Amino acid sequence: MASIITYDEKKLIKEDGFDDHFHEHHHGDKYQTGFIFKYIFSMDHKIIARQFLITGMIWAIIGAAMSIVFRLQLGFPEESLAWLKPILGRWILLNEETGIGTLDPQFYYALVTMHGTIIVFFVLTAGLSGTFSNLLIPLQVGARDMASPFLNMLSYWFFFLAGAVMMYSLFLNTGPFSGGWTGYPPLSALPQASSGSAGGMTLWLVSLVLFVVSVLLGGINYITTILNLRTKGMSLWKMPLTIWAFFVTAIIGLLSFPVLASGFFLLMFDRGLGTSFYLSDIFIAGQALDYVGGSPILYQHLFWFLGHPEVYIIILPAMGIVSEVLSVHARKPVFGYKAMVYSILAIAFLSFIVWAHHMFMSGVNPFLSNFFVIFTLIIAVPSAVKVFNWITTLWGGQIRLNSAMLFAIGFISLFVSGGLTGIFLGNSAIDIQMHDTYFVVAHFHIVMGVAAMFGMFAGIYHWFPKMFGRFMNETLGKIHFWMTIIGAYAIFWPMHYLGMAGVPRRYYRFDSFEAFEQFTAMNQFITIAAIITFGASILFVVNFFYSMNYGKKQKVRNPYGANTLEWTTPIEAGHGNWEGKIPSVHRWPYDYGKDGNEFIPQYVPLTEEEKLEESH
Amino acid sequence: MIGFLIVGILVLIGVIAVQIGKVTDLAGKIRGEEEVQRRSNDRSAVWMVIFMVVFLVFCVVSAWYYKDAMLGYGPHISASAHGGTLDSLFNVTLLATVPVFILTHILTFWYAYKYRDQPGKKATFFSHSNKLEIIWTGIPAIVMTILVVQGLIAWNDIMFDVDPEEDYIEIEATGSQFLWEIRYPGADNKLGTKNFKLINPANNPLGQDWSDVKNIDDVHVSGEFLLPVNQKVRVRITAKDVLHNFDLPHFRLKMDAIPGLPTYFVFTPTVTTEEYRNNLKDYPEYQVPYDDTEPDGPQRWEMFNYELACAELCGKGHYSMRRVLRIVSEEEYNKWLKEQSSYYMTNIRNTDDDPFKGNLLPIEAEERAKDLGLEVQKAITADDFERSIRLTNLFFDTGSATLKEDSNYELDNIADILSRNVGVNIEISGHTDNTGDSGSNDILSSQRAKNVVSYLVNKGISATRLTDAGYGQNRPLDTNETSEGRQNNRRIEMRITSNNKI
Repeated sequence: MASIITYDEKKLIKEDGFDDHFHEHHHGDKYQTGFIFKYIFSMDHKIIARQFLITGMIWAIIGAAMSIVFRLQLGFPEESLAWLKPILGRWILLNEETGIGTLDPQFYYALVTMHGTIIVFFVLTAGLSGTFSNLLIPLQVGARDMASPFLNMLSYWFFFLAGAVMMYSLFLNTGPFSGGWTGYPPLSALPQASSGSAGGMTLWLVSLVLFVVSVLLGGINYITTILNLRTKGMSLWKMPLTIWAFFVTAIIGLLSFPVLASGFFLLMFDRGLGTSFYLSDIFIAGQALDYVGGSPILYQHLFWFLGHPEVYIIILPAMGIVSEVLSVHARKPVFGYKAMVYSILAIAFLSFIVWAHHMFMSGVNPFLSNFFVIFTLIIAVPSAVKVFNWITTLWGGQIRLNSAMLFAIGFISLFVSGGLTGIFLGNSAIDIQMHDTYFVVAHFHIVMGVAAMFGMFAGIYHWFPKMFGRFMNETLGKIHFWMTIIGAYAIFWPMHYLGMAGVPRRYYRFDSFEAFEQFTAMNQFITIAAIITFGASILFVVNFFYSMNYGKKQKVRNPYGANTLEWTTPIEAGHGNWEGKIPSVHRWPYDYGKDGNEFIPQYVPLTEEEKLEESH
Repeated sequence: MIGFLIVGILVLIGVIAVQIGKVTDLAGKIRGEEEVQRRSNDRSAVWMVIFMVVFLVFCVVSAWYYKDAMLGYGPHISASAHGGTLDSLFNVTLLATVPVFILTHILTFWYAYKYRDQPGKKATFFSHSNKLEIIWTGIPAIVMTILVVQGLIAWNDIMFDVDPEEDYIEIEATGSQFLWEIRYPGADNKLGTKNFKLINPANNPLGQDWSDVKNIDDVHVSGEFLLPVNQKVRVRITAKDVLHNFDLPHFRLKMDAIPGLPTYFVFTPTVTTEEYRNNLKDYPEYQVPYDDTEPDGPQRWEMFNYELACAELCGKGHYSMRRVLRIVSEEEYNKWLKEQSSYYMTNIRNTDDDPFKGNLLPIEAEERAKDLGLEVQKAITADDFERSIRLTNLFFDTGSATLKEDSNYELDNIADILSRNVGVNIEISGHTDNTGDSGSNDILSSQRAKNVVSYLVNKGISATRLTDAGYGQNRPLDTNETSEGRQNNRRIEMRITSNNKI
């Protein structure tokens, strides 16, 4: 039955493509003239994607560097940090006699807080989802640009503004916010409780509200584009899994971020207007405060109503990217496409009814926890389905082990390792011991921190030619991969043992407790591993910018032999993506290795045989 | 120095990176791109398998190395009744997840190796299989159901609050920046009420409401706090300023402390500190000197203590909220508890903050009744001179002979004693200090004594058994030069005049 399909790409698109008379209205190009409107206040989704990516990378370096500083404190508390004084200034406390510099505990907590906030929101939400949703949604659904390029531009600039405000807070006299990335009141509400809760917290709140605006502007654009601007023939069931993932991610974001914003507004009222939404019965700094009747737990509910969907906002785009990369480079259809879509939808739905599993030990009614245990552990089912489908995608493939593919495979490993520990934590009885220990730190860093980074790296290596017309260096990419996966496991795997021994997270030092101080060697090992892994990321950054200018040039439109539409545009695609007609779509994106054809792009019409099969 | 080193290393990494990049580009040109790609593909595939083996070995070896940290293994056994359930639940989950972990890792990396791109090989078109999907939806669903059921049974059992009827001890832990304050309920086994507005660091650190008599015997414990083994304990957990978390890792116990919203945790300690130490004795890591500078000093296992920590970020001193909990036998606990003195009695009693100032507390009244009874018993059998008993709790206004209501308690006690000892006759005498006119002092003291007698007669004591006398300022007990001395001289005495029973 095998029949090799032959076609001429240009001719096919010219004849069969969808004509939206793009070339006739030149006014669309007006806002692209001049450097400022082409590269800075650009409305082209491809430029905006690059802006998100590079801003995200800068934040990633800052966030990771912060983690190195507090890891030095945890691994080598006796070592002098005086050499950091030129950068950190008075946050390094210098002993006049010995000349030994130690990290100010207040600043340690500021670093931990900023590390979390920056990585979760600026890197893994904006940097990941912002980059690839912008780059891929119009290109893969066959649209000239986003539904509203202007809102899209605003989305980036609100993100930029959020970043600027957060950056400014680092230089405040009282220091940046230092009450943990979750910002639980009363600690976050009262400047008396922590100096970081003064101006630093105000700016933190302002920054994140701006960030919510950015996410909402972006999200509504992604949803509209996917629903309304798909090219001819691109039904929902013909969309690549990347698009499904970005689509569902945007919906989750749109439903949950406003709840976070409302939680933040109430906190602002408590801080500035004397309301008592979250505060009650507080005696601090020698004074009984007037707040009566509020509940700190209300904030936790509002925060985690975003906070939990947020981890899926982070991981779903990575899952979509990994599915696509695995399929393209295994030269096989992604296994169980529909099951993959349904599991994305199931995860998205469940993500809204599990939030209180972060609060088993927060003083909520223990009876309530029963429901959250049930729903939390149910999430393991669609997650398991995805993992087994990825593994089966590898089975029987013709796998190209390039950097993108290595990171995609690494993602599977990390998602499994981190996901399985979630089964422990989701069970409230075990969580009694594990809550707020290093076991939790290990769990979420592996499953949504490092795994999402791996998805992002896979995406960057894979679509780098789409963004810059050049390839990243493969050898460096592979060194980057091996250093990062080994380094990440070396950092986070041992933390499970710390957690089991009950060592709490967010401790400035461990020697005040006999039970926690016996892991000195492990903490040193973790710190050294973190420094080496950070080095690997520097390698990536060098590779990124070097390849952008001097990398191997992309010579053909479709270098990987991929089926999706983004590879039908010119190498240096201008505004509007396609020069003439937009290709129209006839098949799903995963016809790899079908009937002896290595790949059949989406724009190739079905053969007579296939039509016959379909009608069955 | 380290700074230069790090900067140097970073620069070096950058330079090396660019050079490696150039070399591979060059190699591609020399050998032909396809050849380079094929070789690199094979190399990566081999690395995949090596990584998988090394990683799995690392997991097993590290678990073995740190087995003592694992729940339910090694020396750190659970010290509470519920902890064992939790440890076994942990291990059941481990049993369910470890095979999945190993299987998926072997498959992922082995497939990456086996199905690497090789010349002449083609991919298999295999797009879906409903049978497989059902299998790997169904099996996880069944496993999760088992875990959920076990977990929830354990959870609801652990988190169940006490029945007010049952036998338990309630203590209270209050977190504040950056310490834990522990309060015991005292003899009444009830914690008194608190109000954050009453907190005063100087003399009321917890904001106890002193008008609540339940507070009177409440004990604040400094240093170690003790609990008896095998006794159900309910910890009431509160906070003054920000969130804290009451964390006792050895007891598998953790609960947030929230200002304005008391929480609780019920647990039963099952291992005394002494027993736990003996357990640790067998482990080499505990057979080292506790203090490195004193090699002959006590070993680590001898110095082991249960520690209370904070597990909710509460500010810059979060890492230092340590208290030591000692679990002891019931006798030792009771003995220790007796030695503790009530905060109210040591710090508040009869100060301006005491709502019962000048009055007898119920507990004091009881004590006084007992003392008075003993004194009378002693006086009955004593020599003539020691037959006098001072009635310390009869109160009059200055210059007045009218008994205040507060005196009734003492008077009732005397009536009670007299009716039980029918052969005893007594004389009630009034005394004053030397302030004022001697004549009127005589009259006042005599009138006061008469009033006492008539109260007793009203209570049913035969008037024939009672005589009264007013000695004025003539029989001082103490000097009249000081106010303290004068206070001692103003008094009512009771003297046993005869005892017909003897």
